[in-house]
Amino acid sequence: MIMGLVTGIVQGVLLGGAYALIACGLSLAFGVMRLVNIAHGDLAVCGAYLALVLATGLGVPVAVTLPLILPIAFAAGVLLQLVLFQRALRGGVLAPVLVTFGLSVMIQNLLVTGASADPRSLDGGRLAMAGFTIGDLTLSWLRVIGFLLAVAVLGTLHLLLRRTAFGRRIRATADDLETARLVGIRVRPVFACVAGIAVATAVLAGVYIGLTATFDPYAGGLTLIFAFEAVVVGGLGSLWGTLLGGIVLGVTQQLVGLWDVRFAVLAVHVLFFTVLVVRPRGLLS
Amino acid sequence: MTRVIAATVLLLALAAVPYTLGPVAEQPLIGLFSLVALATLWNLLAGFAGLTSFGQQAYLGIGAYALYLLAARGLDPFLGIPLAALVAGAVAVPVSFPVLRLSGGHFAVATWVLAEIFRLAVTLSPALGGNTGVALPGLGGYEPLVRQAVTYWWALGLAACSVLGVWLLARGGFGLRARAVQSDPVAAASSGVRVDRTRRWAYCLAASGTGAVGALLFVYTLYVQPGSIFGVQYSVSMMFMVLIGGIGTIEGPVAGALIFFGLQQALSGYGPWYLVLLGAVAIAVTLFAPRGLWGRLGRPVFPIGYRLE
Repeated sequence: MIMGLVTGIVQGVLLGGAYALIACGLSLAFGVMRLVNIAHGDLAVCGAYLALVLATGLGVPVAVTLPLILPIAFAAGVLLQLVLFQRALRGGVLAPVLVTFGLSVMIQNLLVTGASADPRSLDGGRLAMAGFTIGDLTLSWLRVIGFLLAVAVLGTLHLLLRRTAFGRRIRATADDLETARLVGIRVRPVFACVAGIAVATAVLAGVYIGLTATFDPYAGGLTLIFAFEAVVVGGLGSLWGTLLGGIVLGVTQQLVGLWDVRFAVLAVHVLFFTVLVVRPRGLLS
Repeated sequence: MTRVIAATVLLLALAAVPYTLGPVAEQPLIGLFSLVALATLWNLLAGFAGLTSFGQQAYLGIGAYALYLLAARGLDPFLGIPLAALVAGAVAVPVSFPVLRLSGGHFAVATWVLAEIFRLAVTLSPALGGNTGVALPGLGGYEPLVRQAVTYWWALGLAACSVLGVWLLARGGFGLRARAVQSDPVAAASSGVRVDRTRRWAYCLAASGTGAVGALLFVYTLYVQPGSIFGVQYSVSMMFMVLIGGIGTIEGPVAGALIFFGLQQALSGYGPWYLVLLGAVAIAVTLFAPRGLWGRLGRPVFPIGYRLE
Protein backbone atom coordinates (compact mmCIF):
# COMPACT_ATOMS: atom_id res chain seq x y z
CA MET A 1 0.00 0.00 0.00
CA ILE A 2 2.64 2.51 1.13
CA MET A 3 4.93 1.33 -1.66
CA GLY A 4 2.11 1.79 -4.16
CA LEU A 5 1.60 5.35 -2.95
CA VAL A 6 5.31 6.15 -3.14
CA THR A 7 5.50 4.72 -6.66
CA GLY A 8 2.44 6.73 -7.65
CA ILE A 9 3.86 9.96 -6.29
CA VAL A 10 7.27 9.46 -7.93
CA GLN A 11 5.71 8.53 -11.28
CA GLY A 12 3.37 11.51 -10.92
CA VAL A 13 6.25 13.90 -10.35
CA LEU A 14 8.01 12.54 -13.44
CA LEU A 15 4.82 12.86 -15.49
CA GLY A 16 4.38 16.40 -14.15
CA GLY A 17 7.77 17.26 -15.60
CA ALA A 18 6.48 16.31 -19.04
CA TYR A 19 3.40 18.50 -18.54
CA ALA A 20 5.60 21.39 -17.50
CA LEU A 21 7.75 20.88 -20.60
CA ILE A 22 4.70 21.31 -22.83
CA ALA A 23 3.36 24.14 -20.74
CA CYS A 24 6.43 26.36 -20.42
CA GLY A 25 6.12 27.71 -23.98
CA LEU A 26 2.48 28.52 -23.38
CA SER A 27 3.38 30.24 -20.12
CA LEU A 28 6.19 32.22 -21.77
CA ALA A 29 4.07 33.38 -24.72
CA PHE A 30 1.31 34.49 -22.36
CA GLY A 31 3.70 36.11 -19.92
CA VAL A 32 5.48 38.16 -22.57
CA MET A 33 2.99 38.74 -25.38
CA ARG A 34 -0.35 38.06 -23.63
CA LEU A 35 -0.88 35.45 -26.34
CA VAL A 36 -2.83 32.30 -25.49
CA ASN A 37 -1.82 30.06 -28.35
CA ILE A 38 -4.68 27.58 -28.85
CA ALA A 39 -2.53 25.79 -31.47
CA HIS A 40 0.29 25.16 -28.95
CA GLY A 41 -0.62 21.48 -28.52
CA ASP A 42 -1.00 20.99 -32.25
CA LEU A 43 2.45 22.46 -32.85
CA ALA A 44 3.81 19.94 -30.33
CA VAL A 45 2.10 17.12 -32.23
CA CYS A 46 3.63 18.49 -35.46
CA GLY A 47 7.03 18.07 -33.82
CA ALA A 48 6.32 14.42 -33.10
CA TYR A 49 5.32 13.85 -36.74
CA LEU A 50 8.40 15.70 -37.98
CA ALA A 51 10.61 13.49 -35.81
CA LEU A 52 8.81 10.42 -37.13
CA VAL A 53 9.33 11.43 -40.76
CA LEU A 54 12.98 12.40 -40.28
CA ALA A 55 13.90 9.41 -38.13
CA THR A 56 12.41 6.89 -40.57
CA GLY A 57 13.54 8.83 -43.64
CA LEU A 58 17.15 9.19 -42.54
CA GLY A 59 17.24 5.92 -40.64
CA VAL A 60 18.61 7.53 -37.47
CA PRO A 61 17.46 7.43 -33.81
CA VAL A 62 14.86 10.03 -32.83
CA ALA A 63 17.27 11.93 -30.56
CA VAL A 64 19.61 12.57 -33.51
CA THR A 65 16.86 14.42 -35.39
CA LEU A 66 16.49 17.02 -32.59
CA PRO A 67 19.35 19.31 -33.74
CA LEU A 68 17.53 19.51 -37.06
CA ILE A 69 13.98 19.79 -35.70
CA LEU A 70 14.52 22.44 -33.04
CA PRO A 71 15.91 25.13 -35.42
CA ILE A 72 13.04 24.39 -37.82
CA ALA A 73 10.59 24.81 -34.92
CA PHE A 74 12.22 28.06 -33.85
CA ALA A 75 12.01 29.39 -37.41
CA ALA A 76 8.38 28.28 -37.66
CA GLY A 77 7.60 30.14 -34.42
CA VAL A 78 9.29 33.32 -35.69
CA LEU A 79 7.40 33.05 -38.96
CA LEU A 80 4.04 32.47 -37.24
CA GLN A 81 4.66 35.49 -35.03
CA LEU A 82 5.58 37.76 -37.95
CA VAL A 83 2.83 36.57 -40.27
CA LEU A 84 -0.10 35.78 -37.98
CA PHE A 85 0.24 36.42 -34.26
CA GLN A 86 1.56 39.95 -34.59
CA ARG A 87 -1.42 41.03 -36.65
CA ALA A 88 -3.79 39.10 -34.39
CA LEU A 89 -2.42 40.75 -31.24
CA ARG A 90 -3.15 44.15 -32.77
CA GLY A 91 -6.75 43.11 -33.52
CA GLY A 92 -8.12 43.27 -29.98
CA VAL A 93 -8.91 40.65 -27.37
CA LEU A 94 -10.77 38.15 -29.52
CA ALA A 95 -8.51 38.06 -32.58
CA PRO A 96 -5.57 36.06 -31.10
CA VAL A 97 -7.94 33.43 -29.71
CA LEU A 98 -9.79 33.09 -33.00
CA VAL A 99 -6.67 33.10 -35.19
CA THR A 100 -4.84 30.47 -33.14
CA PHE A 101 -8.00 28.35 -32.98
CA GLY A 102 -8.24 28.54 -36.78
CA LEU A 103 -4.57 27.58 -36.98
CA SER A 104 -5.23 24.61 -34.70
CA VAL A 105 -8.05 23.36 -36.96
CA MET A 106 -5.79 23.76 -40.00
CA ILE A 107 -2.84 21.91 -38.46
CA GLN A 108 -4.97 19.01 -37.28
CA ASN A 109 -6.57 18.46 -40.64
CA LEU A 110 -3.37 18.97 -42.61
CA LEU A 111 -1.83 16.25 -40.44
CA VAL A 112 -4.82 14.01 -41.21
CA THR A 113 -4.37 14.50 -44.95
CA GLY A 114 -0.59 14.03 -44.74
CA ALA A 115 -0.35 11.20 -42.25
CA SER A 116 -3.85 9.69 -41.87
CA ALA A 117 -5.68 9.57 -38.55
CA ASP A 118 -3.99 6.34 -37.38
CA PRO A 119 -2.23 6.55 -34.02
CA ARG A 120 1.57 6.54 -34.29
CA SER A 121 4.46 6.41 -31.88
CA LEU A 122 8.15 7.17 -32.00
CA ASP A 123 10.65 4.36 -31.60
CA GLY A 124 12.85 5.15 -28.63
CA GLY A 125 15.13 2.19 -29.24
CA ARG A 126 16.74 0.57 -26.20
CA LEU A 127 16.24 3.66 -24.07
CA ALA A 128 12.46 3.30 -24.16
CA MET A 129 12.66 -0.09 -22.47
CA ALA A 130 15.53 0.58 -20.07
CA GLY A 131 14.89 1.16 -16.39
CA PHE A 132 16.60 1.03 -13.03
CA THR A 133 15.57 0.22 -9.50
CA ILE A 134 16.02 2.07 -6.23
CA GLY A 135 14.94 -0.21 -3.40
CA ASP A 136 11.54 -1.52 -4.48
CA LEU A 137 10.99 1.32 -6.92
CA THR A 138 11.41 0.67 -10.65
CA LEU A 139 11.80 3.75 -12.82
CA SER A 140 12.05 4.17 -16.56
CA TRP A 141 15.12 6.04 -17.80
CA LEU A 142 13.01 7.75 -20.43
CA ARG A 143 10.67 9.24 -17.80
CA VAL A 144 13.58 10.39 -15.65
CA ILE A 145 15.29 11.97 -18.66
CA GLY A 146 12.02 13.69 -19.59
CA PHE A 147 11.76 15.20 -16.12
CA LEU A 148 15.40 16.31 -16.13
CA LEU A 149 14.88 17.77 -19.59
CA ALA A 150 11.94 19.80 -18.30
CA VAL A 151 13.97 21.11 -15.37
CA ALA A 152 16.87 21.91 -17.71
CA VAL A 153 14.61 23.79 -20.15
CA LEU A 154 12.91 25.73 -17.35
CA GLY A 155 16.30 26.48 -15.75
CA THR A 156 17.72 27.72 -19.06
CA LEU A 157 14.70 29.92 -19.66
CA HIS A 158 14.98 31.24 -16.11
CA LEU A 159 18.66 32.13 -16.60
CA LEU A 160 17.94 33.61 -20.01
CA LEU A 161 15.22 35.85 -18.57
CA ARG A 162 17.00 36.83 -15.35
CA ARG A 163 20.68 37.01 -16.26
CA THR A 164 21.05 38.17 -19.85
CA ALA A 165 20.59 41.49 -21.64
CA PHE A 166 18.16 39.81 -23.99
CA GLY A 167 16.16 38.51 -21.03
CA ARG A 168 16.04 42.01 -19.59
CA ARG A 169 14.55 43.25 -22.85
CA ILE A 170 11.97 40.46 -22.76
CA ARG A 171 10.99 41.28 -19.18
CA ALA A 172 10.79 44.98 -19.91
CA THR A 173 8.54 44.33 -22.89
CA ALA A 174 6.38 42.00 -20.84
CA ASP A 175 6.01 44.57 -18.05
CA ASP A 176 5.14 47.55 -20.20
CA LEU A 177 5.17 47.45 -23.96
CA GLU A 178 4.92 51.20 -24.50
CA THR A 179 7.64 52.11 -22.05
CA ALA A 180 9.89 49.41 -23.47
CA ARG A 181 9.44 51.00 -26.90
CA LEU A 182 10.17 54.44 -25.44
CA VAL A 183 13.52 53.35 -24.04
CA GLY A 184 14.55 51.98 -27.40
CA ILE A 185 13.74 48.28 -27.29
CA ARG A 186 12.77 46.93 -30.67
CA VAL A 187 9.74 44.92 -29.69
CA ARG A 188 9.24 43.00 -32.91
CA PRO A 189 12.44 40.92 -32.78
CA VAL A 190 11.88 40.28 -29.06
CA PHE A 191 8.38 38.93 -29.71
CA ALA A 192 9.57 36.91 -32.69
CA CYS A 193 12.31 35.26 -30.58
CA VAL A 194 9.89 34.52 -27.76
CA ALA A 195 7.45 32.91 -30.21
CA GLY A 196 10.35 30.91 -31.68
CA ILE A 197 11.41 29.70 -28.23
CA ALA A 198 7.82 28.84 -27.32
CA VAL A 199 7.31 26.74 -30.45
CA ALA A 200 10.72 25.08 -30.06
CA THR A 201 9.89 24.00 -26.49
CA ALA A 202 6.47 22.78 -27.66
CA VAL A 203 8.08 20.70 -30.39
CA LEU A 204 10.66 19.30 -27.98
CA ALA A 205 7.81 18.30 -25.67
CA GLY A 206 5.95 16.81 -28.63
CA VAL A 207 8.90 14.59 -29.52
CA TYR A 208 9.15 13.48 -25.90
CA ILE A 209 5.41 12.68 -25.77
CA GLY A 210 5.77 10.74 -29.01
CA LEU A 211 8.43 8.58 -27.35
CA THR A 212 6.30 7.81 -24.28
CA ALA A 213 2.82 7.44 -25.79
CA THR A 214 0.93 7.15 -29.04
CA PHE A 215 -0.25 10.27 -30.83
CA ASP A 216 -2.63 11.10 -33.67
CA PRO A 217 -3.46 14.33 -35.54
CA TYR A 218 -6.13 15.24 -32.96
CA ALA A 219 -3.88 14.76 -29.91
CA GLY A 220 -3.10 18.49 -29.84
CA GLY A 221 -6.37 19.43 -28.17
CA LEU A 222 -5.85 17.36 -25.05
CA THR A 223 -2.16 18.32 -25.01
CA LEU A 224 -3.15 21.99 -24.96
CA ILE A 225 -5.68 21.39 -22.20
CA PHE A 226 -3.12 19.68 -19.95
CA ALA A 227 -0.50 22.36 -20.63
CA PHE A 228 -3.03 25.06 -19.92
CA GLU A 229 -4.10 23.42 -16.67
CA ALA A 230 -0.48 23.23 -15.56
CA VAL A 231 -0.04 26.95 -16.30
CA VAL A 232 -3.20 28.03 -14.46
CA VAL A 233 -2.74 25.71 -11.47
CA GLY A 234 0.85 26.87 -11.07
CA GLY A 235 0.07 30.55 -11.48
CA LEU A 236 -0.14 32.55 -14.70
CA GLY A 237 3.17 33.67 -16.11
CA SER A 238 5.40 32.02 -13.50
CA LEU A 239 7.80 29.45 -14.97
CA TRP A 240 8.54 27.55 -11.75
CA GLY A 241 4.83 27.74 -10.96
CA THR A 242 4.26 25.89 -14.20
CA LEU A 243 6.57 23.11 -13.06
CA LEU A 244 4.74 22.94 -9.73
CA GLY A 245 1.40 22.94 -11.56
CA GLY A 246 2.55 20.12 -13.84
CA ILE A 247 3.72 18.08 -10.84
CA VAL A 248 0.45 18.60 -8.95
CA LEU A 249 -1.49 17.45 -12.03
CA GLY A 250 0.80 14.48 -12.66
CA VAL A 251 0.66 13.27 -9.03
CA THR A 252 -3.14 13.63 -8.98
CA GLN A 253 -3.43 11.65 -12.19
CA GLN A 254 -1.19 8.84 -10.93
CA LEU A 255 -2.75 8.59 -7.46
CA VAL A 256 -6.33 8.57 -8.76
CA GLY A 257 -5.18 6.12 -11.43
CA LEU A 258 -4.05 3.73 -8.66
CA TRP A 259 -7.61 3.72 -7.35
CA ASP A 260 -9.42 3.60 -10.71
CA VAL A 261 -7.62 4.46 -13.91
CA ARG A 262 -10.82 5.56 -15.68
CA PHE A 263 -11.17 8.51 -13.32
CA ALA A 264 -7.56 9.71 -13.64
CA VAL A 265 -8.05 12.35 -16.36
CA LEU A 266 -11.40 13.46 -14.97
CA ALA A 267 -9.73 14.03 -11.59
CA VAL A 268 -7.11 16.28 -13.21
CA HIS A 269 -9.79 18.43 -14.84
CA VAL A 270 -11.77 18.64 -11.60
CA LEU A 271 -8.63 19.60 -9.68
CA PHE A 272 -8.05 22.39 -12.20
CA PHE A 273 -11.54 23.75 -11.58
CA THR A 274 -11.11 23.44 -7.83
CA VAL A 275 -7.93 25.50 -7.98
CA LEU A 276 -9.76 28.03 -10.16
CA VAL A 277 -12.42 28.38 -7.46
CA VAL A 278 -10.20 28.32 -4.37
CA ARG A 279 -7.03 30.02 -5.64
CA PRO A 280 -7.85 31.69 -8.96
CA ARG A 281 -4.36 33.17 -9.23
CA GLY A 282 -2.72 29.75 -9.00
CA LEU A 283 -0.65 28.07 -6.33
CA LEU A 284 2.46 30.25 -6.73
CA SER A 285 1.32 33.87 -6.78
CA MET B 1 -42.80 48.54 -40.40
CA THR B 2 -42.06 46.92 -43.77
CA ARG B 3 -39.31 44.97 -42.05
CA VAL B 4 -41.72 43.59 -39.46
CA ILE B 5 -44.15 42.55 -42.19
CA ALA B 6 -41.37 40.97 -44.27
CA ALA B 7 -40.07 39.05 -41.25
CA THR B 8 -43.57 37.86 -40.35
CA VAL B 9 -44.27 36.72 -43.91
CA LEU B 10 -40.93 34.87 -44.03
CA LEU B 11 -41.64 33.17 -40.71
CA LEU B 12 -45.15 32.14 -41.80
CA ALA B 13 -43.81 30.81 -45.12
CA LEU B 14 -41.16 28.80 -43.27
CA ALA B 15 -43.72 27.55 -40.77
CA ALA B 16 -45.87 26.30 -43.65
CA VAL B 17 -43.06 24.20 -45.15
CA PRO B 18 -44.35 20.86 -43.72
CA TYR B 19 -47.61 21.46 -45.64
CA THR B 20 -46.03 22.83 -48.81
CA LEU B 21 -42.61 21.34 -49.54
CA GLY B 22 -42.88 18.42 -47.16
CA PRO B 23 -40.27 16.17 -45.54
CA VAL B 24 -37.67 16.61 -48.32
CA ALA B 25 -37.22 20.26 -47.37
CA GLU B 26 -37.71 19.73 -43.63
CA GLN B 27 -34.61 17.68 -43.06
CA PRO B 28 -31.96 20.12 -44.34
CA LEU B 29 -33.85 23.06 -42.84
CA ILE B 30 -33.80 21.51 -39.36
CA GLY B 31 -30.02 21.35 -39.69
CA LEU B 32 -29.85 24.92 -40.93
CA PHE B 33 -32.10 26.28 -38.16
CA SER B 34 -30.06 24.63 -35.43
CA LEU B 35 -26.92 26.20 -36.98
CA VAL B 36 -28.63 29.62 -36.98
CA ALA B 37 -29.53 29.22 -33.31
CA LEU B 38 -26.05 28.01 -32.33
CA ALA B 39 -24.29 30.80 -34.22
CA THR B 40 -26.60 33.47 -32.81
CA LEU B 41 -26.08 32.24 -29.25
CA TRP B 42 -22.31 32.03 -29.67
CA ASN B 43 -22.42 35.58 -30.99
CA LEU B 44 -24.28 36.68 -27.85
CA LEU B 45 -21.19 35.57 -25.92
CA ALA B 46 -18.36 36.53 -28.28
CA GLY B 47 -19.88 39.40 -30.20
CA PHE B 48 -21.60 41.22 -27.37
CA ALA B 49 -20.10 40.14 -24.05
CA GLY B 50 -16.57 39.53 -25.41
CA LEU B 51 -16.39 35.94 -24.17
CA THR B 52 -15.02 33.43 -26.70
CA SER B 53 -16.12 30.04 -25.46
CA PHE B 54 -14.78 26.83 -26.95
CA GLY B 55 -16.96 24.83 -24.61
CA GLN B 56 -20.55 25.49 -25.65
CA GLN B 57 -20.71 21.81 -26.64
CA ALA B 58 -20.92 21.18 -22.88
CA TYR B 59 -24.43 22.66 -22.92
CA LEU B 60 -25.40 20.84 -26.10
CA GLY B 61 -24.60 17.63 -24.25
CA ILE B 62 -26.28 18.70 -21.02
CA GLY B 63 -29.43 19.63 -22.93
CA ALA B 64 -29.46 16.29 -24.75
CA TYR B 65 -28.83 14.19 -21.64
CA ALA B 66 -31.29 16.21 -19.56
CA LEU B 67 -33.90 15.44 -22.22
CA TYR B 68 -32.97 11.76 -22.02
CA LEU B 69 -33.48 11.69 -18.24
CA LEU B 70 -36.81 13.54 -18.55
CA ALA B 71 -38.05 11.32 -21.40
CA ALA B 72 -36.98 8.18 -19.54
CA ARG B 73 -39.32 9.30 -16.73
CA GLY B 74 -42.19 9.44 -19.18
CA LEU B 75 -42.25 13.09 -20.21
CA ASP B 76 -43.06 13.84 -23.84
CA PRO B 77 -39.67 14.63 -25.47
CA PHE B 78 -41.02 17.71 -27.25
CA LEU B 79 -42.25 19.17 -23.96
CA GLY B 80 -38.86 18.23 -22.50
CA ILE B 81 -36.97 20.65 -24.78
CA PRO B 82 -37.72 23.82 -22.76
CA LEU B 83 -37.04 21.92 -19.53
CA ALA B 84 -33.68 20.79 -20.94
CA ALA B 85 -32.94 24.45 -21.68
CA LEU B 86 -33.72 25.30 -18.05
CA VAL B 87 -31.44 22.52 -16.83
CA ALA B 88 -28.58 23.78 -19.03
CA GLY B 89 -29.12 27.32 -17.77
CA ALA B 90 -29.21 26.11 -14.17
CA VAL B 91 -25.94 24.20 -14.61
CA ALA B 92 -24.35 27.28 -16.14
CA VAL B 93 -25.02 29.46 -13.06
CA PRO B 94 -22.62 27.77 -10.61
CA VAL B 95 -20.15 27.00 -13.42
CA SER B 96 -20.03 30.64 -14.47
CA PHE B 97 -18.38 31.70 -11.20
CA PRO B 98 -15.05 29.94 -11.76
CA VAL B 99 -14.89 30.34 -15.56
CA LEU B 100 -15.74 34.04 -15.55
CA ARG B 101 -12.72 34.69 -13.38
CA LEU B 102 -10.80 34.20 -16.60
CA SER B 103 -11.05 36.13 -19.83
CA GLY B 104 -9.80 35.92 -23.40
CA GLY B 105 -7.94 32.76 -24.30
CA HIS B 106 -7.96 31.48 -20.73
CA PHE B 107 -11.74 31.63 -20.61
CA ALA B 108 -11.85 29.80 -23.95
CA VAL B 109 -9.71 26.91 -22.78
CA ALA B 110 -11.38 26.70 -19.36
CA THR B 111 -14.80 26.29 -20.99
CA TRP B 112 -13.31 23.59 -23.19
CA VAL B 113 -12.01 21.78 -20.09
CA LEU B 114 -15.51 22.02 -18.68
CA ALA B 115 -16.96 20.29 -21.75
CA GLU B 116 -14.32 17.57 -21.30
CA ILE B 117 -15.36 17.14 -17.66
CA PHE B 118 -18.99 16.62 -18.65
CA ARG B 119 -18.00 14.30 -21.49
CA LEU B 120 -15.87 12.13 -19.20
CA ALA B 121 -18.55 12.16 -16.50
CA VAL B 122 -21.18 10.92 -18.98
CA THR B 123 -18.76 8.31 -20.35
CA LEU B 124 -18.30 7.01 -16.82
CA SER B 125 -21.97 6.84 -15.83
CA PRO B 126 -23.74 3.61 -16.78
CA ALA B 127 -27.13 5.28 -16.16
CA LEU B 128 -26.45 7.55 -19.14
CA GLY B 129 -25.31 4.75 -21.41
CA GLY B 130 -21.59 5.37 -20.94
CA ASN B 131 -19.49 5.57 -24.07
CA THR B 132 -22.03 3.89 -26.33
CA GLY B 133 -24.72 6.51 -25.88
CA VAL B 134 -28.48 6.28 -25.50
CA ALA B 135 -31.56 6.29 -27.74
CA LEU B 136 -34.37 8.69 -27.04
CA PRO B 137 -37.42 6.95 -25.56
CA GLY B 138 -40.99 8.20 -25.69
CA LEU B 139 -41.39 9.15 -29.36
CA GLY B 140 -43.03 5.86 -30.34
CA GLY B 141 -46.51 7.44 -30.13
CA TYR B 142 -45.80 9.87 -32.98
CA GLU B 143 -46.32 9.08 -36.65
CA PRO B 144 -42.89 9.57 -38.34
CA LEU B 145 -44.27 12.36 -40.55
CA VAL B 146 -45.82 14.20 -37.60
CA ARG B 147 -42.69 13.70 -35.54
CA GLN B 148 -40.51 15.28 -38.20
CA ALA B 149 -42.92 18.17 -38.71
CA VAL B 150 -43.02 18.94 -34.97
CA THR B 151 -39.22 18.71 -34.83
CA TYR B 152 -39.11 21.14 -37.73
CA TRP B 153 -41.36 23.64 -35.94
CA TRP B 154 -39.26 23.38 -32.82
CA ALA B 155 -36.12 24.03 -34.87
CA LEU B 156 -37.71 27.02 -36.57
CA GLY B 157 -39.00 28.30 -33.23
CA LEU B 158 -35.59 27.99 -31.56
CA ALA B 159 -33.82 29.76 -34.43
CA ALA B 160 -36.42 32.55 -34.55
CA CYS B 161 -36.45 32.98 -30.75
CA SER B 162 -32.64 33.09 -30.60
CA VAL B 163 -32.37 35.75 -33.31
CA LEU B 164 -35.26 37.80 -31.94
CA GLY B 165 -34.13 37.33 -28.34
CA VAL B 166 -30.54 38.36 -28.98
CA TRP B 167 -31.75 41.31 -31.05
CA LEU B 168 -34.02 42.52 -28.24
CA LEU B 169 -31.24 42.02 -25.70
CA ALA B 170 -28.67 43.73 -27.91
CA ARG B 171 -30.68 46.86 -28.61
CA GLY B 172 -31.72 47.33 -25.01
CA GLY B 173 -29.76 48.39 -21.97
CA PHE B 174 -28.26 44.92 -21.66
CA GLY B 175 -26.72 45.18 -25.13
CA LEU B 176 -25.20 48.55 -24.32
CA ARG B 177 -23.72 47.23 -21.09
CA ALA B 178 -22.49 44.04 -22.76
CA ARG B 179 -20.76 45.93 -25.53
CA ALA B 180 -19.22 48.30 -23.03
CA VAL B 181 -17.86 45.27 -21.14
CA GLN B 182 -16.58 43.81 -24.41
CA SER B 183 -14.68 46.87 -25.55
CA ASP B 184 -13.20 47.83 -22.18
CA PRO B 185 -14.16 46.04 -18.96
CA VAL B 186 -12.32 48.49 -16.72
CA ALA B 187 -13.88 51.56 -18.30
CA ALA B 188 -17.28 49.84 -18.21
CA ALA B 189 -16.91 49.06 -14.51
CA SER B 190 -15.84 52.59 -13.72
CA SER B 191 -18.92 54.00 -15.42
CA GLY B 192 -21.15 51.87 -13.25
CA VAL B 193 -21.69 48.75 -15.37
CA ARG B 194 -21.74 45.58 -13.31
CA VAL B 195 -19.25 43.67 -15.42
CA ASP B 196 -19.56 40.29 -13.73
CA ARG B 197 -23.32 40.33 -13.71
CA THR B 198 -23.53 41.30 -17.40
CA ARG B 199 -21.11 38.55 -18.37
CA ARG B 200 -22.93 36.02 -16.18
CA TRP B 201 -26.29 36.80 -17.79
CA ALA B 202 -24.82 36.43 -21.29
CA TYR B 203 -23.11 33.18 -20.34
CA CYS B 204 -26.18 31.60 -18.73
CA LEU B 205 -28.60 32.71 -21.44
CA ALA B 206 -26.32 31.37 -24.17
CA ALA B 207 -25.91 28.12 -22.22
CA SER B 208 -29.65 27.74 -21.83
CA GLY B 209 -30.35 28.32 -25.54
CA THR B 210 -27.54 25.97 -26.52
CA GLY B 211 -29.05 23.36 -24.19
CA ALA B 212 -32.34 23.65 -26.07
CA VAL B 213 -30.50 23.11 -29.37
CA GLY B 214 -28.77 20.06 -27.86
CA ALA B 215 -32.15 18.62 -26.89
CA LEU B 216 -33.48 19.41 -30.36
CA LEU B 217 -30.54 17.66 -32.06
CA PHE B 218 -31.28 14.63 -29.86
CA VAL B 219 -34.96 14.62 -30.88
CA TYR B 220 -33.85 14.92 -34.50
CA THR B 221 -31.21 12.17 -34.53
CA LEU B 222 -32.91 10.03 -31.81
CA TYR B 223 -29.50 8.94 -30.58
CA VAL B 224 -26.80 10.69 -28.58
CA GLN B 225 -23.20 9.72 -27.87
CA PRO B 226 -20.86 11.60 -25.57
CA GLY B 227 -18.03 11.48 -28.12
CA SER B 228 -19.99 13.43 -30.72
CA ILE B 229 -22.32 15.74 -28.77
CA PHE B 230 -19.45 16.97 -26.54
CA GLY B 231 -17.12 17.34 -29.55
CA VAL B 232 -15.13 20.55 -29.95
CA GLN B 233 -16.15 20.48 -33.65
CA TYR B 234 -19.35 22.25 -32.62
CA SER B 235 -17.33 25.17 -31.29
CA VAL B 236 -15.28 25.24 -34.46
CA SER B 237 -18.42 25.61 -36.54
CA MET B 238 -20.00 28.20 -34.21
CA MET B 239 -16.85 30.30 -34.37
CA PHE B 240 -16.63 29.95 -38.14
CA MET B 241 -20.25 30.98 -38.75
CA VAL B 242 -20.06 34.02 -36.50
CA LEU B 243 -16.72 35.19 -37.88
CA ILE B 244 -17.51 34.86 -41.54
CA GLY B 245 -20.96 36.37 -41.18
CA GLY B 246 -19.97 39.28 -39.01
CA ILE B 247 -19.31 39.20 -35.27
CA GLY B 248 -21.36 41.55 -33.13
CA THR B 249 -24.23 41.95 -35.58
CA ILE B 250 -27.62 40.25 -35.61
CA GLU B 251 -27.65 39.34 -39.30
CA GLY B 252 -24.02 38.15 -39.41
CA PRO B 253 -24.48 34.79 -37.64
CA VAL B 254 -27.57 34.06 -39.75
CA ALA B 255 -25.64 34.81 -42.95
CA GLY B 256 -22.71 32.81 -41.56
CA ALA B 257 -24.98 29.85 -40.85
CA LEU B 258 -26.27 29.97 -44.44
CA ILE B 259 -22.73 30.08 -45.84
CA PHE B 260 -21.53 27.33 -43.54
CA PHE B 261 -24.54 25.20 -44.41
CA GLY B 262 -23.87 25.69 -48.14
CA LEU B 263 -20.16 24.85 -47.75
CA GLN B 264 -21.05 21.79 -45.71
CA GLN B 265 -23.40 20.51 -48.41
CA ALA B 266 -20.96 21.26 -51.21
CA LEU B 267 -17.58 20.38 -49.73
CA SER B 268 -17.97 17.93 -46.86
CA GLY B 269 -17.03 15.14 -49.28
CA TYR B 270 -13.50 16.53 -49.27
CA GLY B 271 -13.14 15.65 -45.58
CA PRO B 272 -10.11 17.16 -43.92
CA TRP B 273 -9.34 19.58 -46.76
CA TYR B 274 -12.70 21.18 -46.16
CA LEU B 275 -11.79 21.79 -42.51
CA VAL B 276 -8.37 23.15 -43.52
CA LEU B 277 -10.24 25.62 -45.70
CA LEU B 278 -12.57 26.57 -42.84
CA GLY B 279 -9.59 27.21 -40.57
CA ALA B 280 -7.83 29.31 -43.21
CA VAL B 281 -10.95 31.36 -43.95
CA ALA B 282 -11.51 31.93 -40.21
CA ILE B 283 -7.95 33.27 -39.86
CA ALA B 284 -8.20 35.43 -42.97
CA VAL B 285 -11.54 36.92 -41.95
CA THR B 286 -10.32 37.69 -38.42
CA LEU B 287 -7.20 39.42 -39.68
CA PHE B 288 -8.39 41.17 -42.80
CA ALA B 289 -12.15 41.58 -42.51
CA PRO B 290 -12.91 41.53 -38.78
CA ARG B 291 -16.43 42.79 -39.37
CA GLY B 292 -17.25 39.75 -41.50
CA LEU B 293 -19.18 39.55 -44.73
CA TRP B 294 -22.34 41.18 -43.46
CA GLY B 295 -20.44 43.92 -41.72
CA ARG B 296 -18.69 44.70 -45.02
CA LEU B 297 -21.39 44.28 -47.59
CA GLY B 298 -24.78 44.12 -45.91
CA ARG B 299 -26.92 46.81 -44.40
CA PRO B 300 -28.41 46.14 -40.99
CA VAL B 301 -31.89 44.62 -41.13
CA PHE B 302 -31.97 44.45 -37.36
CA PRO B 303 -30.31 47.69 -36.32
CA ILE B 304 -28.68 47.69 -32.91
CA GLY B 305 -26.49 50.77 -33.22
CA TYR B 306 -27.22 54.21 -31.87
CA ARG B 307 -26.54 57.21 -34.06
CA LEU B 308 -25.36 60.30 -32.25
CA GLU B 309 -26.29 63.54 -33.96
